[in-house]
This record gives sequence, structure tokens and C-alpha cells, in this order.
Amino acid sequence: MRIAWRRARLDGRHPQTPTARSLQFTVPGWPGHLPGQHVDVRLTADDGYQAVRSYSLAAPADGDRIELGVQSVPGGEVSPYLADELPEGAEVEVRGPLGNWFVWRSEQTEPVLLVAGGSGVVPLMAMIRAHRAARSVAPFHLLYSVRTPAEIWYGDELTDRGPSLDVHLLFTRERPPGDSRAVGRLAQADLEKQAARLERTSPVFVCGPTAFVETAADLLTGLGLDPATIRTERFG
Amino acid sequence: MSSFSPGFRGRARSLADRLPPGQYPTEQFPVLSAGPTPRVSTDTWTFTITTETGETHSWTWAEMMALPQQETVTDIHCVTRWSKFDTPWRGVPLDAFFEDVETAADFVTVDSHGGYTTNLPLEDLLDGQAWIAHTYDGYPLSPEHGGPARLLVPHLYFWKSAKWVRGLRLTHEDEPGFWESVGYHTYGDPWREQRNWGD
Repeated sequence: MRIAWRRARLDGRHPQTPTARSLQFTVPGWPGHLPGQHVDVRLTADDGYQAVRSYSLAAPADGDRIELGVQSVPGGEVSPYLADELPEGAEVEVRGPLGNWFVWRSEQTEPVLLVAGGSGVVPLMAMIRAHRAARSVAPFHLLYSVRTPAEIWYGDELTDRGPSLDVHLLFTRERPPGDSRAVGRLAQADLEKQAARLERTSPVFVCGPTAFVETAADLLTGLGLDPATIRTERFG
Repeated sequence: MSSFSPGFRGRARSLADRLPPGQYPTEQFPVLSAGPTPRVSTDTWTFTITTETGETHSWTWAEMMALPQQETVTDIHCVTRWSKFDTPWRGVPLDAFFEDVETAADFVTVDSHGGYTTNLPLEDLLDGQAWIAHTYDGYPLSPEHGGPARLLVPHLYFWKSAKWVRGLRLTHEDEPGFWESVGYHTYGDPWREQRNWGD
């Protein structure tokens, strides 16, 4: 069946970082989705010109409501408009859900490793929220790399972890007071502990900028993980 | 006035004739892969065509490089909606590999290192429409873009241009590959916007 374009009304937006926003939409007829999936968003100008970009769904299915994570890219055609200009109550069009590979299903019980770079945390947050909503006991390990403390998305939710979610933040440029790790890019030592807690079939989800994903996936296979267990999603 | 996205203006419209529907142009070369990047050495690289009767034809890296080489400059279109214009490649047209292959098959499954597969009609690989590409913009193709060699079928969405290619299997039936099994269109013509099942 053809995936339809649907009207999506902006209900609200919340800042996640100085340049990133969560956007809540109501999408009548939304068919639901799996954590990790994304949508296409279509904007239309007055002369009929249209632009489409993909955005990750940040929360599990909740009736006709969806949440997207938008990182405003300077000079971008679509993201600055979505992040700061689209008025509340106005509509865009969305098409989805898309992507049936980079998904976690709440029936899965193995420990899971999530590795996020910057805005790559968005689809992983959908998995974390689904994991929490399902009261899953599958141990979740999140390794989240950001440049500075101001660039942490979902800070409050990641602080309030619950028993089966373990979160490690990794700072590449500037660290908060008391953080013992020297600032710097993801290295093998950052992944060893979490990798050791996985089972042979544990799924690993890596999402972020291309260079980050390449590095993380290489380090993980270097630690002996089966490449077939590592699923990646790259931004840009 | 549009009832959607009030106040959205967008960019210049000048590329309309080169841009398939729903695409945007990029100067970058984004990377899309479902998993880790396999490291494949040209010392052990082989490319094998297996016909529907089980007959195999194989080439080592040196044998592939000894075949007639072609340069091609082409536009590429990714289903994630970016298009990149005038990408310069060097490689061997598939026609050269098929010269001595006897087949009555209509379809091909492409196999890659790392387990990726994709499917397409055989006729889309022939008559100068597809290459085994090993050089991009004058340099050996980098691993994240599919090096040492990838399939290049620029008239279809770029997921059909399988990275880290190691062989082709000829089949009578159209057998869905990796993305085609989880929702992507079986053919993937960007000008007809065949992104997903049902498009």
C-alpha cells in the first residue's frame, strides 16, 4: 500500500539545546510506528514549491500524536523554518513511518547498546521512551557523545534513569565540573565496559554524524562484536 | 496561498529539470549504510557472476583492472532525498563482464561484503547503464562510499548501487534484497518517485 501524505498540525515546540527543538504534531489517521523510525516532512511555499526532509521520531507511538527532533542547521532550507518559524497551530505534511531496519521492538529482551552522537540521540530516545513505557527489563546502555553540556538533548529524562537504563555522557569539547573523563572524541576505552555487558545477539544501534558512526562502528567491531548485530543511521 | 507551512519560502527553483520529484541538491556526499563499513582488500577481492544454471565467472582485482575502463560523470539520487550532480566515476561497464556470460535470466541479486543485497532487472545493468566503479573524483573509492569497488547504477535510487560489491546472481524471479524486503520499492526509479512499496 502506498504511504500517504498526511496533514500534521504543530501543537507545540520545546527547546532541547540552543539550536535544537522537540516538535509535537497531531496527525489525524497516523498509523503508528516503531521506535527508531522516521518520517518525511513536506513544506509548501506560496508558489507551490515543495521541500521534503527526513526527521526522526523521538517518542513511541501515541495515537495520532508524534514528536520530532529538529536540529537547526545554519543556512538550511527546512530545519531553521521548522525549528523557529512554523507557527503553532499551522500545518505541514508528513509521510511515514519510514525505515523498518533501525528499530527496537519491546518484545526484545537482550541487553541493548545505544551509541549517539549529537542529534543522533533522537531515534534512540524513542527506543528509551518505549523501553520505559513497556517497563522492559532488557538492560539499556546509552553512550551519548556531545560537544558541550549545553548540547545535551533530553537532559532531564536521561538524568532520571530508572533501574534498567544506564547512561554515559561523553564530552568532546567542554565537560561539566566533576566529570572525570578528559574531553575528546569517542575512543575504545569508552565502549569496552558497555560492550562487555552485551550478549552475542544483543542489538547495537549507532546514530549520529557520519564520521562519528564510522568511528563507533569500527571500534565496536574491533571489540569483537558481530557486525551483523550493529545497525547504523547516519546524518549527513 | 498554500494551506501548509505558512511563511515557508524555500530556495531557488532553478534546478527543476535536473532534480527528480521530492529531491534536494547537495554538494556533499552523504553516507548511508545499514551497518558497519567492511574493510575489503584488493589483494583478496574477487567479483563473481553466477548464472541461473550455477555457472560462475570470476575476476580478481587485477583482472578487473585489465578490462576496458570508462569514465562517467552522472547525477545520483538517494532515496533519503538528496541528489548530487556531476559525480565523476571511473570503472568497468557491466557489459564487459557479461560478454561471455550465457543467461536467460531476467533479474539479478547483487551480493556485497557485509551481507547487503539488492535486486534489479538484468536489462538495467547492460547497455552502458551500470559500472563496477573503483575510482571517485580521481581517487580510489573510500570504504565508507563502498570501496574498493561498488556497483554504480545511477538511473535508479542509489541504494541499488550496492557498496562493497562481490558478485551478481542471475535469477528468473525478482527476489527482494535487503531494503526491498523492509519496505523499499522493488525497482526504485527516482523520476517516478518509487521510494516505498506501493509507490
